[in-house]
Amino acid sequence: MLHDRDRIFRNIYGLHDVSLKGAMSRGVWDGTKFFIDKGHDYIIDEVKKSGLRGRGGAGFPTGLKWSFMPKADVRPSYLVINADESEPGSCKDREILRHDAHLMIEGALLASFAMRAHTCYVYVRGEYIREREALQRAIDEAYDAKLIGKNNVHGWDFDIFVHHGAGAYICGEETAMLESLEGKKGQPRLKPPFPANVGLYGAPTTINNVESIAVAGEILRRGSAWFAALGKPNNTGTKLFQISGHVERPCVVEEEMGIPLKELIDRHCGGIRGGWDNLLAVIPGGSSVRCITAEQAEAVTMDFDALGKLGSGLGTAAVIVMDKSTDIIGAIRRIAYFYKHESCGQCTPCREGTGWMWRVLERMERGEAEKREIDLLFDVTKQVEGHTICALGDAAAWPVQGLINNFRSVIEARIDDYQAKHSRMAAE
Amino acid sequence: MAKQLIVDGKPIEVEDGTTLMHACELAGAVIPRFCYHERLSIAGNCRMCLVEVEGSPKPVASCAMLVNDLPPNRDGSPKVVNTASPMVKKAREGVMEFLLINHPLDCPICDQGGECDLQDQAMAFGMGGSRYTENKRAVEEKHIGPLIKTMMTRCIHCTRCVRYMTEVAGVEELGLIGRGEDAEITTYLEQGILSEMSANAVDLCPVGALTHRPWAFAARPWEMETFETIDVMDAVGSSISADVRGAAVMRILPRNNDAVNEEWISDKTRHVADGLKTQRLDQPYIRKNGRFEPASWDEALGLVAAKLKAAPAEKIGAIAGDLAGAEEMFALKDLLTRLGATSLDCRQAGDKLDPKLGRASYLFNSGIEGIEEADAILIVGANPRLEAAVLNSRIRKRWRSAPTKIALVGTKVDLAYPYEYLGAGPDTLAEIANGKHPFAEVLKAASKPMVIVGQGAFARADGLAALSLAARIVLAASAGKDAAWNGFNVLHTAAARVAGLDLGFVPGKGGKDAAGILGPDSEFVYLLGADECDLSKVSPSAFVVYQGTHGDKGTERADVILPGAAYTEKSATFVNTEGRAQQTLKAVFPPGDAKEDWTIIRALSERAGTKLPYDSLKELRAAMYRTSPQLAALDTIEVRAVSGLETLAKLGAQPSSAPFAPVIADFYMTNPIARSSAVMAGMSALRASHQQKLSAAE
Repeated sequence: MLHDRDRIFRNIYGLHDVSLKGAMSRGVWDGTKFFIDKGHDYIIDEVKKSGLRGRGGAGFPTGLKWSFMPKADVRPSYLVINADESEPGSCKDREILRHDAHLMIEGALLASFAMRAHTCYVYVRGEYIREREALQRAIDEAYDAKLIGKNNVHGWDFDIFVHHGAGAYICGEETAMLESLEGKKGQPRLKPPFPANVGLYGAPTTINNVESIAVAGEILRRGSAWFAALGKPNNTGTKLFQISGHVERPCVVEEEMGIPLKELIDRHCGGIRGGWDNLLAVIPGGSSVRCITAEQAEAVTMDFDALGKLGSGLGTAAVIVMDKSTDIIGAIRRIAYFYKHESCGQCTPCREGTGWMWRVLERMERGEAEKREIDLLFDVTKQVEGHTICALGDAAAWPVQGLINNFRSVIEARIDDYQAKHSRMAAE
Repeated sequence: MAKQLIVDGKPIEVEDGTTLMHACELAGAVIPRFCYHERLSIAGNCRMCLVEVEGSPKPVASCAMLVNDLPPNRDGSPKVVNTASPMVKKAREGVMEFLLINHPLDCPICDQGGECDLQDQAMAFGMGGSRYTENKRAVEEKHIGPLIKTMMTRCIHCTRCVRYMTEVAGVEELGLIGRGEDAEITTYLEQGILSEMSANAVDLCPVGALTHRPWAFAARPWEMETFETIDVMDAVGSSISADVRGAAVMRILPRNNDAVNEEWISDKTRHVADGLKTQRLDQPYIRKNGRFEPASWDEALGLVAAKLKAAPAEKIGAIAGDLAGAEEMFALKDLLTRLGATSLDCRQAGDKLDPKLGRASYLFNSGIEGIEEADAILIVGANPRLEAAVLNSRIRKRWRSAPTKIALVGTKVDLAYPYEYLGAGPDTLAEIANGKHPFAEVLKAASKPMVIVGQGAFARADGLAALSLAARIVLAASAGKDAAWNGFNVLHTAAARVAGLDLGFVPGKGGKDAAGILGPDSEFVYLLGADECDLSKVSPSAFVVYQGTHGDKGTERADVILPGAAYTEKSATFVNTEGRAQQTLKAVFPPGDAKEDWTIIRALSERAGTKLPYDSLKELRAAMYRTSPQLAALDTIEVRAVSGLETLAKLGAQPSSAPFAPVIADFYMTNPIARSSAVMAGMSALRASHQQKLSAAE
């Protein structure tokens, strides 16, 4: 269990002063200038050594990502912070924006400096209105205190702008976010070229999750070795876990990477509603990863690699717990509807496939299907997965695959029931 | 740098910057695609072109992947690409299935049937059956004008039409709204598309979502025979194919010709086809007591010959119209010259172009392809968007691809690309010529400066002075630069004009020009398809012969009508504005008793007692090539050095300060064929009503 002294987000519940003064009393903005004076490469190296992996879902090493930015380019460089937290189940970035925004602003300055960017855009999810206001207040405070802005005390001109999205899930995809920032329709771009090469307004751009940026300051202050010592190898540091669903006390909590799921739920959430025997399934990383069974959930640790081995993923560490009262087909059907609704419509497999999957699940939920359609549905998910421009196709396919892999018998039983009922009705 | 690849086991070497799709094609593989089009930006959204790149866990969209972006193999060996592996086959089948699940199975009633990419590729790459049992999507039709029929349920969202409209046509009128499976292609306010190039979007549509409304349900592609010919609606000379069923041209489509029209044509070029069937002159007529009465060829030619012989040579005049082929102009000039007449003119609009000043003085010397090299363009008295729509797209393409400074002297219009507006008339031009205008410096700084002079500048009394100023500007700007680059460009609007000038169909010694011929002195006037001229001053006692295809303006004053052949009905030579001689192909026969134009003149010559010495088209062309050898060099343009402009530049005179006026009032109504077309009339009305709405809104 994470010791209180190792916590990065010390005001995640908003129990303390959220203002700049409060943040500074917790150590934020302490020694920032010192790290800037150490130079661009020092910061990138430290973040690399810390083993920090991107907290937005894909888990790409953050330091490595920063190092892709060109060191000398006539074009300006940009940092874009992805605060378009729309993944069902995820609710960690909003806590940072509301209560620990200064951590992110400080991290933004350090990351921008490391990547030689003078400008940072924060793309805040459309529905996050109070969060945007809180963030803007924090930014205004930082400007007033000359911590950021032109001629600030850190000696690196730095501007940060908040952009409020309009509520499309796809705008959380990094290149769709760039399109949206540029004022265009939020549709993902083809990669390559990658944003580090051709990003916002055609200039080198790095897009990071709020949490990845917010931890940067503490990593530098406490040293990469400290961060790397937490968690497990290749899955270092602390992480904000968000547990929702059928637990006694749903919560957002900072914990060490690699904590056993069972420990996470028991210690912080008061256990599963009705006890572990009542657990049906867990979606461990936000709606887009494959669910795991109760059996797997009891043994798994919460990190990228362990969950990856189960064919699932850590994602944003948004743990959705479902007890035995859940209609798992209905739950996945609802997720499938979400992806059908949020598909941008640009490329064929996702545009056509998400609707197809949802429609089949809609019938399967009632049992109004043939058993061979289970394999058909699985085949459709395989035709979507990996064939699309962005990862939304994968995100739509995986939950359905998780359902079929783990709960095929439930679907078959539902179909049998339906057929039994209807053949009886036909007979009568 | 070259990059090594192994495509389907075949090692190849391709240049950096090549797309993987192109590399696979070079290796002989067939890559299916819907959204990719070589003249549009890459969207990569249909996912049909997926190929397997060894080392990559996912299949790769080959249209969007550059070979140099492929990560290198660790051992430095060439990347292995498979286009026929089970993974690729599965991926294509999957994408194909997805495209088809919401595509209606209405091929039997779809006009795209038989030339549909989706149909063909479903046969080649699909899995042969459907596993989709849900309801199919239905999408409402969109109203986007009289040229484009929509059936949006068929749309596969490739966005080719959107990219075409935005990138090539330069009008942001189409877009994709909605998202996911509810995404729809539409115009923003469902209003008609007002681009002169809109119908090309239909050609690009890989399915039957957009079809050509004027030909809806008229013919199947396999019923038609294709004739490769040349367009005469403007002086660009676009390559077209006339698709014929029975005795009628059913439709006109563009042909690929990188040097001229790439693969676009204007809406007028395409949809004028119905004008070839209406208002046609299909037999000779003689005016008796003020009314036209049908006559036999013998009667009509006999009467014309008698009048021709009776008229004194100096009172005989002939005007060649905008659609006349070189052959008939040559024959008519030959005949009149033999009779001693010198009053000939092919410049019915009053253009002050003079072949005596050298060929460079009346051609688009840089060439249409040359536009893509120009880095500063000055447009003078022209509206290329209406006068040569396809050429205007080339200017837009140049503007999109590189920083190009474009400026306009003349009437302020929307050209589909931004330009600097310098002034309305010759005064501005003179300022530039005298180096007093800042744009003179821009032209001087450009490595390939270009000046495009339109009819608005030279089809007026002081036209030669304006041309001379333009030539001076070009000479000044070209000093010390590539001598092969001639930046002086005359933008013609009539297909016949350059050939006419090449043949010297202009007043000879003591001869009168078009205005003179149409004056009260003439006794015998021969109109060779001339409709865009003012016949009101012709003496009532003069004898007017109209040889042409349509009952249009020229026939109103005619005493005898000799029915000729339209451009799809004869093999004739046309020289485009850049001096490229091209020949049309006879796709169908002229209607009724109408005849190919040169044969009419040949028959007349015999009756007039001065038999022309050629009995076949071949013999006529041999004679024509002896006097004008440039007409024999088909499909080529010669290099015309900038020094050829010196005579023109030295003329010097100062033009009046009257502003350059637009020459085309109605894009859809510029010639007899277009004026006879119901489709063109519809477009003309649409535009007029749109303009009315616009002015009402203001």
